[in-house]
Amino acid sequence: MLDRFRDKDLVQGALAEIRKITTRPWAIMEICGGQTHAIMQYGLNDLLPKQIELIHGPGCPVCVTSLELVDKAIAIASRENVIFTSYGDMLRVPGSQQDLFSVKAAGGDVRVVYSAIEAVRIAEKNPDKEVVFFGIGFETTAPANAISVVKAKRQGIRNYSMLVSHVCVPPAMHAILGSPNNRVQGFLAAGHVCAVMGYEDYKPIAQQYGVPMAVTGFEPLDLTLGILDTVRMLEKGEVKIVNSYSRAVTREGNRIAQQIIADVFEPCDRQWRGIGLIPMSGWKLKSDYVDYDAELKFQVQDIQTKESEVCISGQILQGLKKPNQCPAFGTLCTPQNPLGATMVSSEGACSAYYRYARD
Amino acid sequence: MCLGIPGKIIEITTQEGTRMGKIDFDGVELEVCLEATPEAKLGDYVIVHAGFAISTMSESEAKETLDLLAQIESLQEESES
Ligand code: SF4
Repeated sequence: MLDRFRDKDLVQGALAEIRKITTRPWAIMEICGGQTHAIMQYGLNDLLPKQIELIHGPGCPVCVTSLELVDKAIAIASRENVIFTSYGDMLRVPGSQQDLFSVKAAGGDVRVVYSAIEAVRIAEKNPDKEVVFFGIGFETTAPANAISVVKAKRQGIRNYSMLVSHVCVPPAMHAILGSPNNRVQGFLAAGHVCAVMGYEDYKPIAQQYGVPMAVTGFEPLDLTLGILDTVRMLEKGEVKIVNSYSRAVTREGNRIAQQIIADVFEPCDRQWRGIGLIPMSGWKLKSDYVDYDAELKFQVQDIQTKESEVCISGQILQGLKKPNQCPAFGTLCTPQNPLGATMVSSEGACSAYYRYARD
Repeated sequence: MCLGIPGKIIEITTQEGTRMGKIDFDGVELEVCLEATPEAKLGDYVIVHAGFAISTMSESEAKETLDLLAQIESLQEESES
């Protein structure tokens, strides 16, 4: 049955319905970078009526991890006696001088892991080394990252720590909608963030800014449905939150996952690369787990950050520009030689345009 | 990492007090933490992010969505044409 959510005829039918009900131009943001990639991959961008503009949001954790933290990661990974573990996408993300991949090429022990639990296992097997995990992500990876610290503590593993760069969606929505340049009229709320957190938190945001939202999944039919539901609300002038992804998301989300997060993390201010500081937009380790905080364990000072001068990824992440409006796009900047994180990540808008844009 | 994909549970175990499982993602098998999906059974589909199952797929909800779609006029026209 899950295959039906890729069914071409059903997608075509839902697209026809969107065409039928659209009477005016609407700008809808998909906040999640995974959805940006799926939209480009299936060419939905080109199949929608011209009046519907999809604006790509900042929901790419690799892209928004601050340059300072990337530089700190590089500094820690360069130390002797450290095994630095990370999700694969982070390795090519440009720091001020170099990236994690060049640390590895120079002989540093940098390893790609699929989950933080794997990093704990590496720590267990290498008691004479310090194992550090680059804990990036939105609400979706927070339970996975949190449980690694719980496990490490429970098993008495002390040579494990996490460089935390967690970010949260609702404060980012506030930042986007509250900006004087905002053009977003409706949101596709990222389905898997809602699978963890539920969608009650979005209600006050929708009300405050008068912006309807549809909780949206990742298959082509899910995306088309999310857009259809959002356009329906926009056309009727309704400000509601519709769950267009009910097979994976409930109103209250996953309470157990929320509890795991709340046991380990607490809210904090966080810098978003290319965007700046967003108040209370991140999570850091609670005091019970300070021993597992890599930033405290490895006092990495004297970080002088220097951002690329050509890269406009900050504007792209805020939905103000599209990747193909960047002068370096596809010329100076490619996935092989990225100038910005948005060209590296499998959730970055620049890499989505590079891989799938049809013109 | 953030693009969670659904996979099918083919084994459930407990490791050092943590509920774990083996998940089949279209032929690729991976070990996943099932701590937050206690209701998920063998054969169920879960959505996994970074080795952690965040939600169990509901078949009945999937069916409901598809049924609702079938009521949209454009869809009927499309399938007739
Ligand atoms: S194309 Fe490259 S340089 Fe331009 S915004 Fe994207 S990542 Fe930055």
